[in-house]
Amino acid sequence: MDAIFWETMGLTFRLAAVTTACLLLIGIPVAYYLAYTRHPLKPFLEALVSLPLFLPPTVIGFYLLLAFSPNSALGAWLQEHLNIRLVFTFAGLVLGSIVYSLPFMVQPVQSGFEHLPLNLKEASYTLGKSRMETLFRVLLPNVKGALLSGIVLSFAHTVGEFGVVLMIGGNVPGVTRVASIAIYDEVEALRYAKANEYALTLVAFTLVILIAVYSFNRRHHNRLRA
Amino acid sequence: MIQADISHPLHTASGRGKLELAFQLHQGELLALSGPSGGGKTTLLRILAGLLVPQQGKIQFQDQLWLDTSARIRLRPQERQVGMVFQDYALFPHMTVAQNLRYALPKGGPHTIIDELVRTVELEELLHRYPQQLSGGQQQRVALARALVRRPSLLLLDEPLSALDSPMRARLQDYILHAHQTFNLTTILVSHDYQEIRKMAHRMIRLENGRISEEGAPETLLGKRSPRTPAEFLRFEPLHDGRCIAWLRLEDQDVSIPILDKAKLNWTPGQKVWVRIDG
Repeated sequence: MDAIFWETMGLTFRLAAVTTACLLLIGIPVAYYLAYTRHPLKPFLEALVSLPLFLPPTVIGFYLLLAFSPNSALGAWLQEHLNIRLVFTFAGLVLGSIVYSLPFMVQPVQSGFEHLPLNLKEASYTLGKSRMETLFRVLLPNVKGALLSGIVLSFAHTVGEFGVVLMIGGNVPGVTRVASIAIYDEVEALRYAKANEYALTLVAFTLVILIAVYSFNRRHHNRLRA
Repeated sequence: MIQADISHPLHTASGRGKLELAFQLHQGELLALSGPSGGGKTTLLRILAGLLVPQQGKIQFQDQLWLDTSARIRLRPQERQVGMVFQDYALFPHMTVAQNLRYALPKGGPHTIIDELVRTVELEELLHRYPQQLSGGQQQRVALARALVRRPSLLLLDEPLSALDSPMRARLQDYILHAHQTFNLTTILVSHDYQEIRKMAHRMIRLENGRISEEGAPETLLGKRSPRTPAEFLRFEPLHDGRCIAWLRLEDQDVSIPILDKAKLNWTPGQKVWVRIDG
């Protein structure tokens, strides 16, 4: 395992961590809104959030590439006015990963909110507590399992993504070359042993994370049943 | 005094209807709401608490206007001095009894109110337990105490005793009456139990299909009923002390009566029986 390996793995986990942190900030309000809104556009919004689950990642990557390319109006404006370039950069990877992994954060948390008895929220309101206080002190502590699932799924999904990353980030070592791209690259070059190092690391990592989540959820479930 | 005039659609198992009623409630009064399921009792409580905005309505609480749909005035639940005990108690499962009570305390509010309530409904031994470690009666006491921490002026009780057995029911009725008097509350209690209504309420309203079908003093209204009323026997439910209660369907309501020796009755589910209602 050489320096390039560690650089690639470090970049992969940094991307997953930043994406997951951003998704927590974005996903919780979106999940809360979708769980409780009765707006007629709710099915449309739910479909929009879930779109990345059903589309080939290359489709999302393709449109992001078009949108943020310096030749597009948005890409040119971002570069000119804010000096932000999103194509073939780490920031672009984060943005693409957020779009692609959004349903993995929103859906479990939304489902967690929807399965809570409505009267917990209402009881908190009748006790004089604001929406924000109710969210942080009553609702979120009772959807801990769903929240953890959202965090882990978003993190693991970002670690494993390929199509979006390749389209918007390309294969720039140290900047956008994450583990999944590296595997593809090594196999293309017939360096199977090197590809196996990356692949095995991802298998081991994913397995450990999933075992930890299932154990937590089982303990949490047992505690509530006790 | 509360003055309410409300109109709101009802969606029930038997179809669509409309809650349409106007009533007044005096300071310190304990009003019982009765009537068949789907009649609008819970909807009315939710509207009074501010959890549901009616299609049309006006609610005046003392000198404060809580709701006036024509003037687009709507005070949120947080802005109304209301305490509510839900049918399934709605205790926060991740908090202990003490934490549930402390959560309800307004910022800077005096902790002495919690100590007083803990003594009033005898929760001293239960403070460090979680809701799922409590019996139904204990949870009900916690829910009652929690609703009172904020010192509400109006207490709304949505069938809080319906899931409890008879002896526990009687004790909790006493707790509620005690709290009602001690904290100078105006209370609305949803109940199907005539004995309970007679024991606790100053006045009762019977809601049917969203409208007031009867209103008056419990002894007057309940006394008007035929001394022998047909009912359908549903089931026996054992009590801890060897006795049991019988559940009967009486005019679209489920009522329970204590039975000393069920072997002597030989009732089967669905059987028509006659019950006597004391006036």
